[in-house]
Amino acid sequence: MDSYKVLVVDDEVEFLETLVKRLSKRDLEVHGLDSGEKALEFLEQDYADVVVLDVKMPGMDGIETLRELKKRHPMIEVIMLTGHANMEVAIQGMELGAFDYLMKPMEIDELLYKIQDAHKKKSIQEAKIQMMEKIIEQEE
Amino acid sequence: MYNGEKRRSSYLMLFIKNRIGTVLIFSVMPLILVSGIILYQFKASHYEKIHAHLGTLVKKHKQNIDSFLNEKLGDIHFIAEIYSFHELGNETFLKEKLETLQQAYGPVFVDLGVVNSHGVQVAYAGPFKLGKAVYSDADWFKEAMKREYVISDVFLGLRGLPHFIVAVRKSVNGDQWVLRATIDFAAFNDLVENIRIGETGFAFILNKEGDFQTKPLMDVIPEKGPYMDLLESDTKEEVQIVEKEDELSGNNIYVSAFLKNGDWLLVYQQKASDAFSAFTKALRVSVIIIILGSIGTIALAFVRFKNMAHHMEKAEHERRLMNEQIIETGKLAVVGELAAGVAHEINNPVAIMVEEAGWIEDLLEEEEFKESENIAEFRRALKQINTQGKRCKEITQKLLSFARKTDSKIQEVQINELIEEIITLSAQRAKFSNVTIGCQLQDGLPVIQGAHTELQQVLLNLINNALDAMEKGGGTIDIKTRLNKDHIVVEIADNGPGIASANLKRIFEPFFTTKPVGKGTGLGLSICYGIMKRLGGDIEVQSVIDKGTIFRINIPLKKYIGEKQDLIM
Repeated sequence: MDSYKVLVVDDEVEFLETLVKRLSKRDLEVHGLDSGEKALEFLEQDYADVVVLDVKMPGMDGIETLRELKKRHPMIEVIMLTGHANMEVAIQGMELGAFDYLMKPMEIDELLYKIQDAHKKKSIQEAKIQMMEKIIEQEE
Repeated sequence: MYNGEKRRSSYLMLFIKNRIGTVLIFSVMPLILVSGIILYQFKASHYEKIHAHLGTLVKKHKQNIDSFLNEKLGDIHFIAEIYSFHELGNETFLKEKLETLQQAYGPVFVDLGVVNSHGVQVAYAGPFKLGKAVYSDADWFKEAMKREYVISDVFLGLRGLPHFIVAVRKSVNGDQWVLRATIDFAAFNDLVENIRIGETGFAFILNKEGDFQTKPLMDVIPEKGPYMDLLESDTKEEVQIVEKEDELSGNNIYVSAFLKNGDWLLVYQQKASDAFSAFTKALRVSVIIIILGSIGTIALAFVRFKNMAHHMEKAEHERRLMNEQIIETGKLAVVGELAAGVAHEINNPVAIMVEEAGWIEDLLEEEEFKESENIAEFRRALKQINTQGKRCKEITQKLLSFARKTDSKIQEVQINELIEEIITLSAQRAKFSNVTIGCQLQDGLPVIQGAHTELQQVLLNLINNALDAMEKGGGTIDIKTRLNKDHIVVEIADNGPGIASANLKRIFEPFFTTKPVGKGTGLGLSICYGIMKRLGGDIEVQSVIDKGTIFRINIPLKKYIGEKQDLIM
């Protein structure tokens, strides 16, 4: 399996650190950041395939971050983490282009599968785009 | 209960007392006032009438008596005029004259006598042996020597019987003689005694000295009462009317007139109460009417006020009940807010704990721990932490859905379709519990505005509760829908074991459960309650032990928007 980069954004540092450690242990390249602003800043310079985004954060919350992120980097897949059973936020997130959502606390494996699915989707889409580009190139 | 009754009656009494006074003033007082004025007017005119009547009566009798006396005097005068002293001095002749008088006037004239200037009776005709009686010291004789005519006062005289004398003096050639006649007292007395009016009205005659000239019908003491004043008064009025209080017989009315040129006084006296008996009767009737009227008014007012007080009390009771409900709702709202806060705050630490446990689990996969002898125990403990973390998550989720502030997506929901859908969902579980689910759904119910998922949750919760209750013995669940004015009523009735009344009150409180620990969170009905309140609806429960339980939810057709929503976070 090719390596890909995951960015985890959560304001709860303890949660964030543990989650980063656990995902890293599962052979993922994981970065942890504790705010939406930092995440957007990070993505300006660096790169990530999948972003795991907490909904409830001080400052820029998950939904705002998601909206901004999708605007700037439409190809990056986002998985929402919600602290409570607010379906509305989850649905709103989905409408804004999130790949999926999970409710905290979640099974690590569940998250892992979601990340893998998200990456797979991104790869397929990228492949499609590349193919389209090639076809366009050839036609030209 | 007893206390309540007592309080109730005192409340009632206070209410009635406060108002009966007002009613009395405004209804009875005018009655008394009007009656009083009318009675007063009536009394005045009645008194006037009675006075006039009595005055006339006395005047007439005075004239009667005067004319009686004058007539007798006239008769004697006539005899003395036409017959000479010698003729009358003959006793046989005198007897003839007496008989003639008695034939003409009855036994009014008792006897006749001729008295010479020395007061010696020279001739006598009559039933007594009074021949040669000497009258020189008698008052009437002395009087007769001075005046030509004399009517004496009543006196006992020589014979010891009450009588009075009518005498005429004649002078023949310078020699005086007197013809006297005795008037029968009884005949005269009758004249006066016959004046009788009512029960206490009677008349009598007094002379100047206050001695009785006729026999009074009742006890009269001339020294007491106004008699002497009447005798001494020198009024020009023919008749005097006096009313005076008397310690013996109460208030009396006295009517008097002078007789015999002022020598005698005719007195008529009657008890005022008797004289004015017509007025007294009228007074009595009106007092009875007033009393009856007052009693009637008070009784009516009492009954009316009792009814009114009863109604007010009922209203008060309803108001109190309403207050209790509002307090109950408020309590749940506060609990909901608290629960939401707790849920938010608890979820993150739980997530961290679960995550840390997961990290330990990850690390246990390392080679160095593989050989550890307690590795199985570690794994079990971590698994337990994970499981309990999930349980916490469920609880907080449910709490939040009970207390959720933001509305779920509102859409049009056809309640009957929703119910059928849920029955299908529950069919499998019902089959295992040996429960049959029946439904009577009213056709053509209007769509309601609400969140599909929320309504589903409410109905599912209620059906699951019913299934839980009947898990052991089986039974039936009946679901009914109907339209009631502006809302739809959904009834979910089971014939399970029922709910104890102590539990029934707390059934919608969060964390209240009768299920064993770990089996239920006690949030299901709280969530239903929260959802129904948010919808502007209502949820009620009725239960009878061993008969079953009915949950009734009322869903308004138009979505309720009000302040209540803000109470529940």
